[in-house]
Amino acid sequence: MTQISRGLRAVLVGFTALVLVVIYTPLLLVLLNSFNADKTFTWPPSELTLHWWDVAAHSTGARSALWTSVEVALAATAVSLVLGTLAALALRPTRFFGRNVISLLIILPIALPGIVTGIALSNMFTTVLGVGLSLFTVVVAHATFCIVTVFNNVQARVQRLGSNYEQASMDLGAGRWTTFRLVTFPMLRSALLAGALLSFGLSFDEIVVTTFTISATDQTLPIWIFQNLFRPNQAPVVNVVAAVLVLLSAVPIYLAQRLSGSHAEGLTGAR
Amino acid sequence: MTATSLEEPPAPDGPPGADRPPPSRARRRRPRPGVRTGLLLLPPMLWLGVAYLGALAALLITAFWSQDDFTGEIQRVWTLDNFRQLFTIDVYRTITVRTLLIAALVTVVDAVLAFPIALYMAKVASARAQRLLVIAVLMPLWASYLVKAYAWRAMLSENGLISWLLAPFGLDTPGYGLVATTVTLAYLWLPYMILPVFAGLERLPGSLLEASSDLGAHSWTTLRRVVLPMAFPAIVAGSIFTFSLSMGDFIAVTIVGGTGQLLGNVVYNNVGAANNLPFAAAVATIPIAVMLVYLAVVRRTGALENL
Repeated sequence: MTQISRGLRAVLVGFTALVLVVIYTPLLLVLLNSFNADKTFTWPPSELTLHWWDVAAHSTGARSALWTSVEVALAATAVSLVLGTLAALALRPTRFFGRNVISLLIILPIALPGIVTGIALSNMFTTVLGVGLSLFTVVVAHATFCIVTVFNNVQARVQRLGSNYEQASMDLGAGRWTTFRLVTFPMLRSALLAGALLSFGLSFDEIVVTTFTISATDQTLPIWIFQNLFRPNQAPVVNVVAAVLVLLSAVPIYLAQRLSGSHAEGLTGAR
Repeated sequence: MTATSLEEPPAPDGPPGADRPPPSRARRRRPRPGVRTGLLLLPPMLWLGVAYLGALAALLITAFWSQDDFTGEIQRVWTLDNFRQLFTIDVYRTITVRTLLIAALVTVVDAVLAFPIALYMAKVASARAQRLLVIAVLMPLWASYLVKAYAWRAMLSENGLISWLLAPFGLDTPGYGLVATTVTLAYLWLPYMILPVFAGLERLPGSLLEASSDLGAHSWTTLRRVVLPMAFPAIVAGSIFTFSLSMGDFIAVTIVGGTGQLLGNVVYNNVGAANNLPFAAAVATIPIAVMLVYLAVVRRTGALENL
């Protein structure tokens, strides 16, 4: 772009490159560290080995925590897909009193610190409702802050597309449900997938809210990592799990790119 | 553009009222829009409006109860003791001020780091480079929070990379403490700032930059007087995340914070070890109050539409 001078351009390029190096250094270190023969990580590493990968592959604790995380994330995503979509469809063209309040209510669970959401829900379950903490309470808590990701994606899509197609469908005699099934839903499909992907990632990685809403006997993967982080004997296994998670983070990026075509700019997990 | 959305923003210059249904036969068949909206809103509002707001309200009420020191039972008697302790005991005041300062510092650091990168991505980079940069910025966001905090623990250790890099200059790692906490939090939340600012700058029409340049402004002047003011709501939107996430964090503080505590640790310790839920609830009202004030203030900037 001609309006940006060469000097400014050079500064921006250099700065961006520098920050990217800083962003990736810790992640590369995690990968390297998983091959470190020594149990404590010192730089530079003295000897490399595949031994810890073998040990981690047989760690039942890590594996069962992984599946727990996947189950929780799937359930939370399912709930937030339904609730987020309903809210987005409800708020679409209509302007009514309290609309802004409702928007604020939907973003509140991610705008307030996780610790507030966590302790508020934990207090409600244990003191007010008398429900014991379990994976169910974790799913409820996760769904609460995942609704916003689905809501945002669906709302952006319906705003962009407007309601002309649906009106055409209904003018041609289709009922409300038929219109939803054959017109609205197909138009929303990729937005729903994107929202689901974000919800899944958000729930899968969540630790603060989880800490407060999970029972003492259940473990999601982040809880397992946190509990084993400071145990000297488990540290090498944690290193490998960490490395695997860094590598796995390429998957949602790949999926999001496929889903969104050239527009992936908003793919944040919001937390 | 929402920070949690994959969608491109709706065209800002679309004809007003384009979505308004034309008066047609179809319109007559529909139930009243109010009823339909209400039915659609019922499940999410029950969940968020009743359960979540109810939980927040219950938390506030719990903050006015107390804890029996011997039995650990919650005593449902109204008292202001928790708040009195919170405001009169020095250590809590120190921790509150420290938490707010660190959250503000992390936000400023992230804004300063994010703006040039977002500007490069949005207005300088080619389409292909832009795509790659978006991926490069997003990737670490998906890598686990704990893994990143842990990586910083390893980097900041006595035998870590930072110590090794700084040794030739006669410097040493800051070790574990408030500096390490600030650095780690700024690292963790940086993408949450880059993405909204990038989205905001991408929406900024190139013609504005051209106009500024045509009128004789140097590009640094354009940056300061055109780009920065227009990107401000997006920066504020990003700050909601960086500030709120920093204020509530206790995990990174546990991992790299040394002995320095933040509000999150006080809440966590009072729920867990001390088992004093009413006091924890009282402490949690501080971040709630701060965020509500913050949201109310930034509403005017239009930041909430940039979330």
